[in-house]
Amino acid sequence: MADLSGFWNVYVMGLIAFGLLFCLVVLVTNLKASGDGKLQGHVWDETLQEYNNPLPQWWMYLFWFTVIFAVGYLAIFPGFGTFNQQRGAFREYTDEIAKANAKYEPLFQKYQETDLLTLASDANANATGKRLFGTYCAQCHGSLGEGGAPNAGFPNLTDNDWLYGGDPATIKASIAAGRRGSMTPFGQVLNSEQIEDVADYVRSLSNLTPASDRTDKGQAVFAAQCAVCHGPDGRGAASMGASFAALGAPNLTDTVWLYGSDRETIIKGITQGRNAGPGSLTNEMPAWQDFLGEGKVHVLAAYVYSLSKK
Amino acid sequence: MQSQATYDYKVVRQFAIMTVVWGIVGMLVGVIVAAQLVWPELNVHEYLHFGRLRPLHTNAVIFAFGGSALFATSFYVVQRTCHTRLFAPGLAAFVFWGWQLIIVAAAVTLPLGFTTGKEYAELEWPIDIAIAVVWVAYAIVFFGTLAIRKVSHIYVANWFYGAFIIAVALLHIVNSAEVPVSFTTLKSYSAYAGTQDAMVQWWYGHNAVGFFLTAGFLGMMYYFVPKQANRPVYSYRLSVVHFWALIFTYMWAGPHHLHYTALPSWTQSVGMLFSLILLAPSWGGMINGIMTLSGAWHKLRTDPILKFLVTSLSFYGMSTFEGPMMSVKTVNSLSHYTDWTVGHVHSGALGWVALVSIGAIYFLLPRLYGKTEMYSVKLINTHFWIATIGIVLYVASMWIAGVMQGLYWRAFDVDGTLTYTFVEGVKKSYPFWTIRLVGGALFLVGMLIMFYNMLKTIAGQRAYDAPIVVPAAAHA
Repeated sequence: MADLSGFWNVYVMGLIAFGLLFCLVVLVTNLKASGDGKLQGHVWDETLQEYNNPLPQWWMYLFWFTVIFAVGYLAIFPGFGTFNQQRGAFREYTDEIAKANAKYEPLFQKYQETDLLTLASDANANATGKRLFGTYCAQCHGSLGEGGAPNAGFPNLTDNDWLYGGDPATIKASIAAGRRGSMTPFGQVLNSEQIEDVADYVRSLSNLTPASDRTDKGQAVFAAQCAVCHGPDGRGAASMGASFAALGAPNLTDTVWLYGSDRETIIKGITQGRNAGPGSLTNEMPAWQDFLGEGKVHVLAAYVYSLSKK
Repeated sequence: MQSQATYDYKVVRQFAIMTVVWGIVGMLVGVIVAAQLVWPELNVHEYLHFGRLRPLHTNAVIFAFGGSALFATSFYVVQRTCHTRLFAPGLAAFVFWGWQLIIVAAAVTLPLGFTTGKEYAELEWPIDIAIAVVWVAYAIVFFGTLAIRKVSHIYVANWFYGAFIIAVALLHIVNSAEVPVSFTTLKSYSAYAGTQDAMVQWWYGHNAVGFFLTAGFLGMMYYFVPKQANRPVYSYRLSVVHFWALIFTYMWAGPHHLHYTALPSWTQSVGMLFSLILLAPSWGGMINGIMTLSGAWHKLRTDPILKFLVTSLSFYGMSTFEGPMMSVKTVNSLSHYTDWTVGHVHSGALGWVALVSIGAIYFLLPRLYGKTEMYSVKLINTHFWIATIGIVLYVASMWIAGVMQGLYWRAFDVDGTLTYTFVEGVKKSYPFWTIRLVGGALFLVGMLIMFYNMLKTIAGQRAYDAPIVVPAAAHA
């Protein structure tokens, strides 16, 4: 928060004082209810005339009241330059947060100390988790955790298909630190025929009818380029053991498609890659630990875990 | 007592007719975006998407409809109350065609996605320059006419029109200061950055309300209310005091659009306080208008034009009370970002701006074609009731929806988490959005009735320029 420096502080104070003074001068010079209620004497456009009626008293009181209110407000709250500055909205915010933390922190501390599996079957914790999910996660993953808009790249959290592993600790890690799975772009590595072949092969893995009969050629490309992350059988990184799971390479043999199963989308994904620098497609799960704190991340992890166990 | 020379009504006629036309266009787009909120599937194409049509709606109703009404009435009023023809009528014609071109440019570029992203100042830099040029021409015609007036005193309506013209020039030029980077993509960057950009934008934004939609229309009110009621203005002194207080205080009110943001606290407080102080100066105009009717209240029973004008003053009083209240930080923390704001804006825009304009145009149209009355006074009355019911439905539904949304968003559960997700508030808002759509559609129907009445009034009539009235000898 940049403070007003010497000159600008005086400038601002001067302007505010001038503004209020202007209103006061208007009021004071009209203190006496002058006006005789007669016509002013000028006539415009045949019929337009003006009475010289006095200012309505109640209107004057209203005007006085607002100006006096303004002076009183400035005496108590920030507004008159740097005067009372320490009582500004920032202070209001930090006070409110401190109060809320003091009130709710113990509850989340208690949750944090509870084992995730236990927490996942705690009705109160799940109710809290559901509300947190509705506020922070539903925009992408959908209100029910079903993955939101189809083929938009937001995983369904209720289907037991996990990119990085579905045990409670891994889910918590995904929420806390976020995920940014990377897929190498193959547009420079493979020619377009090879990419089409491997796309057909990948589609055939989940029993989608390939557009050509060249899946054997695709299989060869797959073995050379793709198997290292997606596994030799295409069942995904997590299928090759815990040390591979962090790659997040999806299982290509199930019917779950993050971005859609049509041939064009798959070709585009292979060509451009994901999260692999300029020109590649992007997708990111943000990290929540700093924003929410570990207590809330813990409760969310238990809730998300419970979603897949229903 | 009448000379042979006539007033220059041509530009008044043109703007009067375009007021009705642009009113229908702008409000139709409003009804479409209202429908898109109820049925999102109506966002059929990128050019017709809510995000592009909404600025088209605001620009069309404020600058095309409201602007045309202000041009028509100010060109009429300044001639009649100065007892002289327009200064530089050629320039006045340039103002008309220039403004129409700007409106068409807006109607093309906004759906195509060209925007500065600044609310009510979305138009890109070439159009901004055109607006500045046309506005300067307008100022020359208006103040030139004042300069050649045949009466010594300047009538109060002209003070307000004059303040509106000067302030809008200042607001537009300062807020639109931008660095063009491309002609083909019409791209520019604002001359300001970050919080300062936001502050300049809302200094502009609120004064667009204060000067375009308030001062200008108060000028309109000060001519057409006493004229139609055939009564003298209630208080000259009140008009002087509230004029200076209003134009002085409005300039401070912008920061109330940025409560609880990165704007420094002192700026927020000062914005709020001067918004509160603005209450009395605003009400000065309402009092002066309504009290002008004392002795003529019975005319309301038979004169639907007067109904439009007086109802507009009631809505003006209501929204200028509501505005200062909403600028109080505590109230704003509930109302901000909700439909309450939308309701507030429309009680001002439909209730005040549109009703006073419609009344004024009904007054003008027959006089511009040598008649004494519109084709059907009964239809004016029908228009009045349909429009009023439409406004009430619109504003009341937005109040309810807005307060509900505000309460939903700030509800905390026992564990300090938010009780409701955002989408729950959206779901609950649907019935009110439907009622709003009905209200807006009714208002549009009223405009269509006006269009029919206008065509019937004009049909077969020759354009008529009234002879210049010789000023009455001063006897004060």
